[in-house]
Amino acid sequence: MSGPSPRAAISRLFDEIGPVDAVGIEERVAKYTTRSIKKASKVQGLKLAVSMVDLTTLEGKDTPGKIASLCQKALHPSEDPAVPAVAAVCVYPSMVRHAKRHVADSSVKVASVATAFPSGQSPLKTRLAEVKGAVADGADEIDMVINRGAFLAGEFGEVQDEIAAVVEACGDAALKVILEVSELETYDAIRAASFLAMRVIREGDFIKTSTGKTSLNATLGNNQVMIEAIRDFYLDTGTAIGMKPAGGIRAAKSSLHFLVAVKETLGDAWLTNERYRFGASSLLNDLLRQLEKEKSGAYQAPYYFSDAAESY
Amino acid sequence: MPTLVSDRKKSAARAGRPLPELIFGDLWEFDPAPETADPKLKARYNLFIDGQFVAPKSGKHFDSINPANEQKLAEIALGGPGDVDAAYQAAHKAFASWSQLPGRDRAKYLFRIARLLQDRAREFAVAETLDGGKPIKESRDFDVPMAAAHFFYHAGWADKTEYVAPGRRVAPLGVVGQVIPWNFPLLMLAWKLAPALAMGNCVVIKPAETTSITALKLAEILQDAGLPPGVVNIVTGAGETGAAVMAHPLAAKIAFTGSTEVGKIIMRSLAGSDKKMTMELGGKAANIIFEDAPIDQAVEGIINGIFFNQGHVCCAGSRLLIHEPVAEKVIGKLRHRLRVLRVGDPMDKNTDVGAINSKDQLEKIEELVAAGVKEGAELYQAPCRLPPKGFYFRPTLLTGVTMSHRVAREEIFGPVLSILTFRTVEEAVEKANNTPYGLSAGVWTDKGSRILKLSTELKAGVVWANTYNKFDPASPFGGYKESGFGREGGRQGLLDYAKIV
Repeated sequence: MSGPSPRAAISRLFDEIGPVDAVGIEERVAKYTTRSIKKASKVQGLKLAVSMVDLTTLEGKDTPGKIASLCQKALHPSEDPAVPAVAAVCVYPSMVRHAKRHVADSSVKVASVATAFPSGQSPLKTRLAEVKGAVADGADEIDMVINRGAFLAGEFGEVQDEIAAVVEACGDAALKVILEVSELETYDAIRAASFLAMRVIREGDFIKTSTGKTSLNATLGNNQVMIEAIRDFYLDTGTAIGMKPAGGIRAAKSSLHFLVAVKETLGDAWLTNERYRFGASSLLNDLLRQLEKEKSGAYQAPYYFSDAAESY
Repeated sequence: MPTLVSDRKKSAARAGRPLPELIFGDLWEFDPAPETADPKLKARYNLFIDGQFVAPKSGKHFDSINPANEQKLAEIALGGPGDVDAAYQAAHKAFASWSQLPGRDRAKYLFRIARLLQDRAREFAVAETLDGGKPIKESRDFDVPMAAAHFFYHAGWADKTEYVAPGRRVAPLGVVGQVIPWNFPLLMLAWKLAPALAMGNCVVIKPAETTSITALKLAEILQDAGLPPGVVNIVTGAGETGAAVMAHPLAAKIAFTGSTEVGKIIMRSLAGSDKKMTMELGGKAANIIFEDAPIDQAVEGIINGIFFNQGHVCCAGSRLLIHEPVAEKVIGKLRHRLRVLRVGDPMDKNTDVGAINSKDQLEKIEELVAAGVKEGAELYQAPCRLPPKGFYFRPTLLTGVTMSHRVAREEIFGPVLSILTFRTVEEAVEKANNTPYGLSAGVWTDKGSRILKLSTELKAGVVWANTYNKFDPASPFGGYKESGFGREGGRQGLLDYAKIV
């Protein structure tokens, strides 16, 4: 037997990274929501948000046809050529090859959830095989889930080793590590899990809030805890990790609040889809609706926008 | 097997790369977002005596300017001793019936005032910002709602005054003379008026010279609320007017909020009289941060503690005491936070730090900061652009400050944080208490027992734990030592406007 006991490992990690005060975090993020983003800065923010969307469909009923329509929307969200394409489409592993066919020659990446998403409750071997399969099918990015069971049982080493194994399985594909914040529950745990992941992933990889499959998903609060962790880690090591809040961000206005948080915490270098993403589907149409409103001065009916996707 | 890989290994691998730094630039700039509500200002404001607006006996008015652009906003009446006397006579006359009014009827007026203020909240917020220079965000989200909250809270007390001193009977004092400062013009007015009226007193009040407008706008609300004439009288003017309010023989009690210097002058002048007094004076609060604190939230609280209202706050956390193991880390994070503070036009909804209230105050801040630098403190200022006109001062950190620096002892009353360090809990308490002031203090630690220990050892009227600048009408506020005596808010605050009979 070697290595520290789980208890020692937990205290050491928490000692190193320090605690988080929940009341303070929520007060901080409340200030982002009072920022008034108007006119040109609003248009710029909305377009930036469009370019950061990981347009997602994660349903049992997904078919190659549904993927085709999702990809078309991802490539050309709007008839207006000034509106950029989204960052990626995010699909289940079995749909990767279909998605790849549609977006192969574009800037749009194919991201695939893997590692027995959303629960992660499969043997590591199976999870790694799933990752390798998705990469072989053409996935540019892998969204993995961490082993929350092991985390809550205090087996931090196991959690981290598994992430390291997935990094290896990814090869050249970028990795997004889903912490599933609603199951970690406390801000302290979210910060700890962020550090566990960041210490074994690579520059250009991401940490991500949620699967979108539980009751509570991305909030400004857990986003703040994670981007502060990213900032601290960057200033310590020089390694820039990306961030992806996912699930629950439906209104264009709230996506702007998230971007204000990024601007004021991580700075300009993170205001790019190489370092910040929104995991969402219905958000895209609200962004387009707001952009159209800025142009015409009036809100358009929802049926003017294609593919009103309701999932996630 | 790589278990809990530490970032230090990566740091070593990074050798040769430039030090990582964050870029807070203009990649995504915010467009101006000015608040546009009409403050409904009059060109000229007269004194409010006996329920009417009356011209001052002197016939003179002075200008009230907007500190954000130095433009004239309105003319304010210059009240003299004759006007003050008229105000006291009106209050004295009104006291006979007002003090006999059943509590529930006094409550009715206070509820009306609170609601009318809420109805006109936006207009009052804009007027407050124009006149005082504070960011519209603060007058909108703090000053005006808190002022209304004070009227609501004390309206609730008006018919329950028998519980102010359980087992004893209480009675109002009579006519109360009040002088308030310029940092929270409307809120301080509410702090003073609401408890006095709830207990059945009548009031003669003088707002600060530079910030009289919202007080006179509130007089309009008092008229609309049908408050009986003479119950509240507002006399505007400068120091001499204030002295006349304090010295008038009809005053049963004097309530003053302002500088310790002026407070002492008032106390000297009233020595030997039987006037009751409460004083809410200056402060030089210590904000103490321990190595186990939630650092990012502490930094946020420190920023809020010193840059709220440009640091024009008597309980501002102007002395930061950092536990040595985390000093470098905390200062680094403070610098980052300073860089995203938005300084400028107070009327812009995105402004975090607005204009300094007056030219005099700006000069005082500049003088003290220069003295700090001369004594060896290291200066860091946010690299922000300031508007060409108006009174502005960059949010400032002074590091390497020791207890014998002037900037650690004197109240600066501006956006300037003096940073000191400490090694042990005992040293922190010793340094925190080593000041003539004792209004407030802050403690940041993850350890509950330490909070309890410090809350008794710190000689300050308010001790905030893991937060700062939190106020509530139900919570008594006031100082130790030269920060004053008496309490405002809560049952204790009411007791200071009553006599036990």
